[in-house]
Amino acid sequence: MSVLVLAEHDNNELKSATLNTVTAATEIGGDVTILVAGSGCGAVAEQAAKIAGVAKVLVADNAAYTNMLAENTAALIVELAGDYSAILAPAMTNAKGILPRVAALLDVGQISEITAVVSADTFVRPIYAGNAMATVQSSDSIKVITVRGTGFDAPSAEGGSATVEAISNATDAGVSEFVSEEVAASDRPDLTAARVVISGGRGMQNGENFKLLEAVADKLGAAIGASRAAVDAGYVANDMQVGQTGKIVAPELYIAVGISGAIQHLAGMKDSKVIVAINKDEEAPIFQVADFGLVADLFEAVPAFEALL
Amino acid sequence: MKVLVPVKRVVDANVQVRVASDHSGVDLNNVKMAINPFCEIAVEEAIRLREKGVATEVVVVSAGAKVCQEQLRTALALGADRAILVETDEELQPLAIAKLLKAVSDKEGAELTIFGKQSIDEDNGQTGQMFAALAGLAQGTFASEITIEGDKLKVIRETDTGEQTLTLNMPAVITADLRLNEPRYASLPNIMKAKKKPMDVMTPADLGVEVTTNIKTLKVEPPAERAAGIIVETVEDLVDKLKNVAKVI
Ligand SMILES: Cc1cc2nc3c(=O)[nH]c(=O)nc-3n(C[C@H](O)[C@H](O)[C@H](O)COP(=O)(O)OP(=O)(O)OC[C@H]3O[C@@H](n4cnc5c(N)ncnc54)[C@H](O)[C@@H]3O)c2cc1C
Repeated sequence: MSVLVLAEHDNNELKSATLNTVTAATEIGGDVTILVAGSGCGAVAEQAAKIAGVAKVLVADNAAYTNMLAENTAALIVELAGDYSAILAPAMTNAKGILPRVAALLDVGQISEITAVVSADTFVRPIYAGNAMATVQSSDSIKVITVRGTGFDAPSAEGGSATVEAISNATDAGVSEFVSEEVAASDRPDLTAARVVISGGRGMQNGENFKLLEAVADKLGAAIGASRAAVDAGYVANDMQVGQTGKIVAPELYIAVGISGAIQHLAGMKDSKVIVAINKDEEAPIFQVADFGLVADLFEAVPAFEALL
Repeated sequence: MKVLVPVKRVVDANVQVRVASDHSGVDLNNVKMAINPFCEIAVEEAIRLREKGVATEVVVVSAGAKVCQEQLRTALALGADRAILVETDEELQPLAIAKLLKAVSDKEGAELTIFGKQSIDEDNGQTGQMFAALAGLAQGTFASEITIEGDKLKVIRETDTGEQTLTLNMPAVITADLRLNEPRYASLPNIMKAKKKPMDVMTPADLGVEVTTNIKTLKVEPPAERAAGIIVETVEDLVDKLKNVAKVI
């Protein structure tokens, strides 16, 4: 049997979390097929075909799938599901909407955000904001799974030579319609894929002060993140939120600035390789997970830090 | 327009849970329980729709053990009109909950169902979408703003890259994100009033739903612990450590 991986993309570019998902699929075993659902998404299919370890790429290039609306994309996957023992997707906004629908329509459970594959039917996933790791076993004939990118290394994005096959499915459920999208433009690396992340919290006081973090990010090639408090207060955009209910990151270096370290924030970054905390309150819980803590006023420490880079 | 809001009883968001010594799960003895924060946001949104005259009735529903009545009462105190408990002591997984809610929804004929986007215990994030699929309805997940426009619902969603706006046919399903609203506190008079509001209790069998579990938890373990870190005295020291000890810059 083979495993189907739903590609995450924007019709031009394949998102890197798809690669980590391919690794999870390989660990489950069997041939790996990637499904690219979109419109005008030929370039994405080509990128998918080059991933090491992928046998086949299915391309459903149709207006019905332009924005990967959950209703339409779930129907498409259900049409294809019979050929696969497992259906995987990166745990990102699109798949989080789509895959539970697929599972319900197939009358099977879903296993969300796995971080490890134990065997073809047994997986590890965090629960309670990562305060516990559950090992779960599925008795379903088809496993429907979302994959947390930080749990799996990416295979090589080059060197593969999968066959690309166009499929003509064109289900439009006709119940939802795309109106518009506001994409936060940024030249910085993707938060979930960056080698270095510097995040600001309520201690930043306003959005303007995030410039201090930008200066550091420029020098380190870092992505910029934020706590929920900073997003709620309108300092920065929602897609920068790191945490249990935001993005999960595990960079080589995570620098938390003016962030107290609530469990919900830690859930999103505590698997980072090296954690630095800059906070003026020595009691702040963030210091309990930090490899290097600096008790200081961020408005002095951050510019000084930047100057030394 | 009737609005249905499913609510879940979970560990309070401020509690740091511990794994039970037999590794069967987390230790929930004497732990403070609460309405799942995202469900609370969903309840608040439904009440606001009623206050604006858009919704006529807000029905909250929970599936689980008898104690879930506490969270239903909380929702009633916030302003919901009546409550339904689908009572069972069996373990409920998202697919089973979605089936139970679908059966309740078929009886109630709600035009809008607002879920929380995930529950903070199991972190599954599935039930709303599963319910929408079983009911054949459109979904607006991770909603930060909803507006009813005639027979359509406009939803702004929080995505990985920013925000997306969709229009959905009604009846529709919404899952609430953090920034949909800021829930109110229940006033004492409303807490008193809530005690008299109607609460229907039924069982999965009454609804003709067989509760199955597809996923078995084999064990639950604490996460890998991080090695203790150090406090550096100066910014110079920090940079030195990052360059020469951690070698990450
Ligand atoms: C259901 C739910 C989901 C949640 N999801 C998330 C999530 O995904 N991500 C998330 O981050 N949070 C989440 N939260 C919120 C979380 O509980 C905290 O409220 C939030 O993380 C706090 O953000 P903060 O650390 O920026 O603010 P605070 O806790 O207010 O901390 C600010 C810190 O800045 C420090 N500080 C202030 N001024 C300075 C200065 N001049 N120099 C140095 N330090 C300074 C202070 O000492 C303090 O430690 C969630 C909460 C709930 C209930």
